Amino acid sequence: MQIAARFIKEWTILDVSGDIDLSHSPAMRKALLGEIKEKHTPRVFLNLKNVRYIDSSGIASLVEGLKASRDLGSRLILYGMNNSVREVMQLSRLQKIFEIYDDEEQALGS
Amino acid sequence: MSLADQVGQTQILLVFGFFGGKVRGGRKSIKHGRNISCGKCAFHSELLLKLQMESNPKALALVRAAVERAAEVLNFQEQESRGIVRSVDEALANIIRHAYGGKAGCPIEVTCRHLHSTRDGGCVNGIEVVLRDSGVRADPAKMKGRPLNEIRPGGLGLHFMRQCMDEVEFSRKKGKNQLRMVKYVAPAATAAAPGGE
Repeated sequence: MQIAARFIKEWTILDVSGDIDLSHSPAMRKALLGEIKEKHTPRVFLNLKNVRYIDSSGIASLVEGLKASRDLGSRLILYGMNNSVREVMQLSRLQKIFEIYDDEEQALGS
Repeated sequence: MSLADQVGQTQILLVFGFFGGKVRGGRKSIKHGRNISCGKCAFHSELLLKLQMESNPKALALVRAAVERAAEVLNFQEQESRGIVRSVDEALANIIRHAYGGKAGCPIEVTCRHLHSTRDGGCVNGIEVVLRDSGVRADPAKMKGRPLNEIRPGGLGLHFMRQCMDEVEFSRKKGKNQLRMVKYVAPAATAAAPGGE
């Protein structure tokens, strides 16, 4: 898994690629919470377009990020999910809890 | 970065097979095949894949790839294959985190078998995945997962397994934890599965 950050206005886009599994979810958690809790970024976008797989530890990191963003009044926005990632969100019944968009244009325009 | 680079020193011993044969007269086993029962009907099973791995999270990507291929060989639909892979991955993650407490280098065995049987004039195919570990005794009574209406991290792995697989059974055998999961091929795809004619 790899994570790269882009910055638009005062927002941050985290481009994640590869598999978010037990081996890699701690790195994503660190990046996500770093933006939300340490940098107080008002909008954090997670681009999942190139994520092939996410497991329950990855979902747990997303939930932690969501809770932190709600506590701080910021927004965590997800986009670009493939079928595999969507299925996991549906199995977790989290698809209506997160802000989810199809692509970057929609996400940035939200 | 290549998969080999990601995995580093992780080693997995793989045994591939498509062993077995037709079962006649209720014999218990012929060659490498064996008979098992689901309670409703008898299945013949053939070894597809056997992995001996260590409790290293970096090995999970390799196991996912191998199990995905095994599911494809049996003509599972894409969504079902993803469910099987997800279930095995979550089960292994639970073994690494809970049975072995995050300790690396502990043994885990993954065995995939092709199940097939004739029932009601049709052919039933499936995959049986058995995971064995020598970690802390697992208590099935305590394995409930979290209620899905609670929005909090954790507790989803077991839920994924139960959602994606048709059978999920925990047991303790010969001092080892054993998790057996079975997924049956949807009827439309069964006719084309190996041994499904």
